[in-house]
Amino acid sequence: MKLQKNTLLALYSVLEFASQPGRQLSSAEIAAKYGASPHHLAKVLARLRRARLLSAARGSGGGYRFSGNARRVTVLDVVALFERIGAPAVPASARRLELERALELVLAEIDETAKATFGSITLETLLKLARTRA
Amino acid sequence: MQVKKTRRARPGDLVQVIDIDARITGVRKARYWAEIQRRYGGRSPQRFFLVSLQGKQVQGYIVGEVRDWEFGSPPCGWVFGLGVRPDARLQRAGTRLLEAICEAFRRRGVGKVRTLLARDNSLVLAFFRSQGMMAAPFIALERDL
Repeated sequence: MKLQKNTLLALYSVLEFASQPGRQLSSAEIAAKYGASPHHLAKVLARLRRARLLSAARGSGGGYRFSGNARRVTVLDVVALFERIGAPAVPASARRLELERALELVLAEIDETAKATFGSITLETLLKLARTRA
Repeated sequence: MQVKKTRRARPGDLVQVIDIDARITGVRKARYWAEIQRRYGGRSPQRFFLVSLQGKQVQGYIVGEVRDWEFGSPPCGWVFGLGVRPDARLQRAGTRLLEAICEAFRRRGVGKVRTLLARDNSLVLAFFRSQGMMAAPFIALERDL
């Protein structure tokens, strides 16, 4: 299972913010920590802000704060902002061969399991997991 | 504040257990729960049907057992039923129930607890995840008969 670069960056970012809910962090701090370009990260953070997971912090330095509920927001909520799990590789109208349909069934089974896994893990649970595995 | 406690289910708890289950699933299963009480509500060392109480009110239930060598798996604890009264959620009733049954499993000498539930049951899945449970090295399969 691989997630796109933007999705991973969004997950790392939102988890960084959620782990320190009262603190404002600059995009530069996160970009440096995860080796991302500030310009690229700015777009990701803007998407998270539009989804109301982050709020822009006022005052000197700017930055963002976490504004979601870490006990309610799941990994799937974040992933779904950036990519669609289960999007068929071939449009349904083009899948006419039996083997194509059979393989699609197996791939859909894997996607459904991935979605259920992401949908069952809240940000708080993932942070807890990170702490116990540290 | 009334005292909260967890203990083995008694026949007198069944009406409330059936009601909680029916509120969650939308299906009232009186005969099923009577059978669960008969098979799991006694003093069997391997089977557990526990309830969490606040005063005399049942807040939730959990059902499970120690299963031995299923498909080569060493004995482990299995949880196959968990329900918490909707208006009593977020008060740690589920956590207390899971801790109690895990302790009972440990006393039977097993070091692993497993469960199986529908992948669209995100509420209960998220609960078990929050308790540190991860995907087991098994795959659930089925087919139409």
